[in-house]
Amino acid sequence: MAINHFLGSLDFSPEKYDVLFSLASRIIDSPSDYTDRCRGKLMATLFYEPSTRTRLSFEAAMLRLGGGVISVASAKSSSVSKGESLGDTIRTVGGYADLIVMRHPKEGAALLAAEYSPVPLINGGDGAREHPTQTLTDLFTIHRFKGRFDGLTVAFCGDLRYGRTVHSLVKALARYSGVKFILISPSELRLPERIVREVNEINPEATLQETTSMEDGLESADVLYMTRIQKERFFNEEDYIRLRDTYILTEDKLRAASEEMIVMHPLPRVTEIDYAIDADPRAVYFEQARFGMFARMALIVHLLSDKEGGDA
Amino acid sequence: MLRVDRITEGIVIDHIQPGRGLEVFERLGLRRAGYPVGLLMNVASSKMGSKDIIKISDTLDIDLTMLGLLAPDATVDYIENGVVTRKVTPGLPERVVGLIECKNPRCVIAIERQGTSVFVLVDREAKEYECAYCGERVRV
Repeated sequence: MAINHFLGSLDFSPEKYDVLFSLASRIIDSPSDYTDRCRGKLMATLFYEPSTRTRLSFEAAMLRLGGGVISVASAKSSSVSKGESLGDTIRTVGGYADLIVMRHPKEGAALLAAEYSPVPLINGGDGAREHPTQTLTDLFTIHRFKGRFDGLTVAFCGDLRYGRTVHSLVKALARYSGVKFILISPSELRLPERIVREVNEINPEATLQETTSMEDGLESADVLYMTRIQKERFFNEEDYIRLRDTYILTEDKLRAASEEMIVMHPLPRVTEIDYAIDADPRAVYFEQARFGMFARMALIVHLLSDKEGGDA
Repeated sequence: MLRVDRITEGIVIDHIQPGRGLEVFERLGLRRAGYPVGLLMNVASSKMGSKDIIKISDTLDIDLTMLGLLAPDATVDYIENGVVTRKVTPGLPERVVGLIECKNPRCVIAIERQGTSVFVLVDREAKEYECAYCGERVRV
């Protein structure tokens, strides 16, 4: 039987995402029904790149399901530092755990790891390529607040070039009808041509509007997705500093937006959202982070159930 | 006029773009072949003006994926007992394993000793392939 992995945001159909949203919502409504759901199961987290939220939310998710967690916090403390290949590491860890979550700095690392993994593998982020559980979190958040995806106008702001959360989410949203994207970024950090092409292939009717003006982009948006300019993606410190403070969401700028718009952010934020925004009811990024844990609980249950031929 | 004997058992790769024959010859590893091989360059062709031809005797085994990458429009004649038993135009392969190097320094294949590059054809007309791991596109 083929092993179910979750490597990219398009691995799951919109229908499968719906199944996960329903399950995650049931967990939120009745967490005590799930406290023993993964009793006796072990999840390994291999994070070769720094992470707080993703790792902790996965570990919290597994512990809340009654399962256990084993962890490698960084490549420095793993056998990779002794020159072990990724394939060998995954084969070995797959013998200890029922599920692997991996974050790796190189693009395509999750796909390569999955080729060697004897157990379901979840991509916790691979370079600038994919971060599908953030997409799951983001979609679930939109689902909870907006109740639909069709016809939404979603504005992305900041680093659209290296921001893998943006790449994954844009592609996943493109599958819904009537979705409009507003892409707000400096010209150096525009959404890569490759992603634009993929969006057009997924949905030739999806609308993409590029702008460098934050104010222009906010007026018609149902969702504003802010991103951090990521220092670790730059080879050049000067470029990073110059672009870091380009787009900062302030109360002034938020006045242009609809009262129904929601402000999302994959976190951590640095300077791009003023702390004063946190009190605005439209700011949902901490709720989004919390939803991420429930979405990951649903994913874990789903992958482990599927492996045993059951359902979610 | 240059003459090369007919082969009774083997392969003729015909209609190779003129000037490309030497690279095809090298990349198919024919320099180290233990059987008779011949490379003819700039041979007159009614269809192409001129063309390169490779004749390989005593084997019917050839790497069509590599040939498809280098000379997708060539024709491959398989000859058995002096008769052409099969004609194949390799075309661009859908999937290329281990033959194209991914130039993206952020790709996992660049650092993993155990990994083999995998490229998938995404645009036949533009001869464009995409790295299955990082999505980097290359033209062949």
